[in-house]
Amino acid sequence: MAVRVQSDDFDLGLEVAELTRDTRVIGAVVSFIGLVRDTTGGDLTSMELEHYPGMTEQALAAIDAEATKRWSLSGSMVIHRYGDLKTGEQIMMVATASAHRKDAFDAAEFLMDYLKTDAPFWKKEHLKSGSQWVESKASDEDAKDRWKT
Amino acid sequence: MKQLDVLYFAWVRERIGIPKERITTDAATVSDLIAELCAKEERYQMAFQDMTVVKVAIDQTLSPLDASLEGAREIAIFPPMTGG
Repeated sequence: MAVRVQSDDFDLGLEVAELTRDTRVIGAVVSFIGLVRDTTGGDLTSMELEHYPGMTEQALAAIDAEATKRWSLSGSMVIHRYGDLKTGEQIMMVATASAHRKDAFDAAEFLMDYLKTDAPFWKKEHLKSGSQWVESKASDEDAKDRWKT
Repeated sequence: MKQLDVLYFAWVRERIGIPKERITTDAATVSDLIAELCAKEERYQMAFQDMTVVKVAIDQTLSPLDASLEGAREIAIFPPMTGG
């Protein structure tokens, strides 16, 4: 159960190795990586990620704690970067470890869905022709709502 | 009167032109505070013309626009998040 907010890149393999080290009870690890994607057909030069220091860490920790409450997890890791990222670079990752795959899959999806709408990050696309803030999608709110009980 | 640190992010920050300011106010809720700012200067009206795309955190916790500012110290106003 850990959360990191950093400008540096990360290594998913190392993070997963750390998550599963010194334990024999983990049968499943699910991981997800989000990448900077060009939706403009070659116009994107970089993606700027702004965040709200302090609240970001708190919000991610709260989402992580909720996932740990809902599913039987042996460990989890959320890393989200900020700053200027180039096309194809890693933006963030989540990894969840559990005895069984269903808990790991569901918890990873839950973490992603909540992170999208509740963690204070904003993306700005820098294009050859100017720059624009990425707009949030209604489908992100819908994805989160399916977890409401 | 109370003093609040008011933070702006993303395009809200760009439209207002500063990331942070200290405001002395009597506003009871975030909505009241925003109305007060809009009455003051046009750049606030530009930032807050569509309140359906504005979110608020009181002391780093997401809060509704009509939440009370009683005891609050830090208010943040920003567009919907787009992380992940």
